[in-house]
Amino acid sequence: MPPNVTAEATASPSADDKKWKMVDARIRRRGSTPDSLIEVLHSIQEAFGYLELDVLEYVANALGVPLSRVYGVATFYSLFTLKPQGEHTLTVCSGTACYINSATAIFDHLRERLGVKPGETTKDGNLSLLSVRCLSACGMAPAVVLDDVLHGMITPESIDVLLEEIGS
Amino acid sequence: MTDVADRKEDSEPKASGPIRACANVCQAAGCMSLGAEKLMTAISDRIAERGLTDVAVKRVGCVGLCAIGPNVEVPERRQLFEAVDPSSPEAIDRVVDALAGGGDGRPTDTDSFYVNQVRVVLANSGLVDPEDTDDFIAHGGYEALKRVLTTMKPEEVIDEIVTSGLRGRGGAGYPTGLKWRTVAKSLSTDGKYVICNADEGDPGAFMDRRVLESSPQQVLEGMAIAGYAVGATQGYIYVRAEYTLAVKRLRLAIRQAEHAGLLGNSIADTAFRFHIDIRIGAGAFVCGEETALIASVEGGRGTPRPRPPFPAQAGLWGKPTLINNVETLASISAIINHGGEWYKAMGTEKSPGTKVFALAGRVVNTGLIEMPMGVTLREIVYGIGGGIIGGAKFKAVQTGGPSGGCIPAADLDMPVDYESLAKAGSIMGSGGMIIMDETSCMVDVAKYFMDFCREESCGKCVPCRVGTTQLHMLLDKISRGEGELADLDTLEHLADVVKSTALCGLGQSAPNPVFSTLRYFRDEYLAHIQDGVCPAGVCTMNSRVAS
Repeated sequence: MPPNVTAEATASPSADDKKWKMVDARIRRRGSTPDSLIEVLHSIQEAFGYLELDVLEYVANALGVPLSRVYGVATFYSLFTLKPQGEHTLTVCSGTACYINSATAIFDHLRERLGVKPGETTKDGNLSLLSVRCLSACGMAPAVVLDDVLHGMITPESIDVLLEEIGS
Repeated sequence: MTDVADRKEDSEPKASGPIRACANVCQAAGCMSLGAEKLMTAISDRIAERGLTDVAVKRVGCVGLCAIGPNVEVPERRQLFEAVDPSSPEAIDRVVDALAGGGDGRPTDTDSFYVNQVRVVLANSGLVDPEDTDDFIAHGGYEALKRVLTTMKPEEVIDEIVTSGLRGRGGAGYPTGLKWRTVAKSLSTDGKYVICNADEGDPGAFMDRRVLESSPQQVLEGMAIAGYAVGATQGYIYVRAEYTLAVKRLRLAIRQAEHAGLLGNSIADTAFRFHIDIRIGAGAFVCGEETALIASVEGGRGTPRPRPPFPAQAGLWGKPTLINNVETLASISAIINHGGEWYKAMGTEKSPGTKVFALAGRVVNTGLIEMPMGVTLREIVYGIGGGIIGGAKFKAVQTGGPSGGCIPAADLDMPVDYESLAKAGSIMGSGGMIIMDETSCMVDVAKYFMDFCREESCGKCVPCRVGTTQLHMLLDKISRGEGELADLDTLEHLADVVKSTALCGLGQSAPNPVFSTLRYFRDEYLAHIQDGVCPAGVCTMNSRVAS
C-alpha cells in the first residue's frame, strides 16, 4: 500500500466537507455493496493514510453493514491501520530468507537508531516502521521497502544511508 | 526470437530490417529495484550512439537469477549479463557488443543453472513482454484458448487436464482435472466462479509473484480455459496487496485482452463470455486457505469454515467455485497446446509435470527455477543452485513454508515429489525452498515459524489460536536455555493435538516445523536443554550454573 503523506491536510476538521466528498467518491467508485468493503477501505486508506473511526462509521452506513463488521475487517487485516502514519514508511521484511540472512540485525539496528518498534512511528512523525511477513523478494534478502521502493541486500550501514536521505 | 521485430517498443530505435539480436532486460520487481528501467534506456541510447540499426531492446519478465540483477539476456548470442550497472558505460558496452555480434557474457547454453531446467510455466518468462499482449500472442499466446473454444467441448478440455495428471501447485496437490470435473458437474442456475489464488503468503516463496510479473497473460488464458471447461463466466484473481507490480501488469493484461476480444463477451467470436476482476488482499496469511479466501473476496474477515461443503459445490456466494493456484493455471495452455500425454511424460508417475521452485537462503544461485518433478534435492541445491555460499556446509532445506518442514543433508538424494516430501515430514507447499547452512539454529527456525503461525492464526478455533501460542512459548523457553527434558514431550503432545484438531490447513500444518526439527535435529534441542548451548550460536542463552 502506498504510504500517505496528504492525510493530515485533508483530514483536519475544517476540511470536513471535502473529506466526506472524497470518501463518497471512493465508495461510489468501488461499488456501494457490502462485498466492496475491503476495496473501499483500501481506497480510503490510500487517500488519508489511515482509517479513522468516524470514517469507519460512515462506510458502515454507506454500504449498509454493521459497524462491528467494518471494524472487524479493518482490524483483521494487517495492512489496515487505525493510527496516523509517519510521513515516510519503512517496511522491513521478516520472511524466511531475510531471517536466514540476518534480518534480525536490521531490526535491532533500527530499534537502536530510531527508538521505535515495528508498528510504531518516530516521535517527530517522520517515519513509520513496519514489518512484513514476506516481500517475496527473497533473492535480495534481507530486503526493505522505503516509500514503495524496494531495496535489497540491506546492511545496517546501507540502511543508514537510506534513512539519512529522508532525514530520519 | 525473430518475431521481436514486430514489437512496438517505446524506447528502442526503429529497425528498418529484421532484428538480428535483442537485449532482453529483466523487468521483474527485483531487477527493477536495481535500476532495470534506467538500464533499458541506457542500452538503447548506446545502440543509437553506435549506429546499430538491426538490434533491439525489450522489456521482459524474470530471467531467473534474482540475486545478481539487473539481468540482461541476449538470446541470439546465448549470453547473460548479470549485475549490469546502468551508470557504467563499460557494462552497457559489453551488452551492446553482444548485440553487435561479439560479447563475453555468461554462456546460457552451457551454464548449469540454465541447461538443467525444463520450462513450461516459465516458458514465457524472460522472453515475452509482460506489458504487451500482442507480444504474448506473437509467441503463441491465446492459441490454446482459441482452440478450446472453437474445436473442443468442455468435457474434452477436462479430459485433457485429467490425462495430464496435473496436481494443484498451491500446496495440497489435489488432481486439477478432478477438481474441474466436480465444479463442471455441480449444478447452478445462476452462475459459477473461477478464482485464481494469488495470495502467495508463504515466507520464502516468490514463484507466483514472478509468474504474474513475467507472464500475466498466461494466467488469464488458463483462467478463461478453466471458465469454459467448468461453465463459469466470471473469474476473480485474489492477489496480495504487496504485489503492486503484479497487480499493475494484471490490470493491463486484462484491459488489453478485453480490447483484443480475448476476454469479455463473445470471446474469439464465439458465444463464450468470461470476465476477470481483481481482488486485492489486505495482509492475512490465512486467506490462502480457500474458504478463508472466499470470505475475503466477499468482503469479510478472512476466516475459514469447515468443509464440506467444498467450494466446488458451494463456494463464492454459495455457488460452485473453482479455486486454482497461479502456477496451476499457468500450466493449462501448455497442456492444451501439447496434449495431456506430453505433460504426463514429464516428472514422476504420481507427480507428473514440472514444478517451479524459489531458491533462497544460503545458496549461491538465488532465484526461480523450473524442474521436472522427481528431481533430487541435491540436483537443485548443488546442480542448479550452485551449492552453499562460501562453500559452507549444507545443513537443511526448508520446504513448504510455515506448513512444511526441514529436510537434513542425509536426505539430499530424495526425489522431490508430493509423496516423498510428505514421507520426509515436510510438504511440497507452493515451492519455496530455503537453504540453510551451519549458521542456522533449528530450534530458532522452529520458533520462527511458530511465531509466524501464532501471529497469523485467525483466532476462530481454539487449537490453533491457543495451541500455536503455547507451542511458541515452549520453543522460546528452550531457545533461552531454560527448557527441561519434559518440555520435549509436552511439545510433541501439544503439536499432535493442534495437528489433529485445528479447523483449517493453517493450524493443522503449523506443527510441521516442530515435528521435522525434532525428528532430524533432536540433538540441537538437547544441546539447548542439557548443555545450555546453542550449537549454531544463534540463540541468546541465559547463563546457567553448570550442574
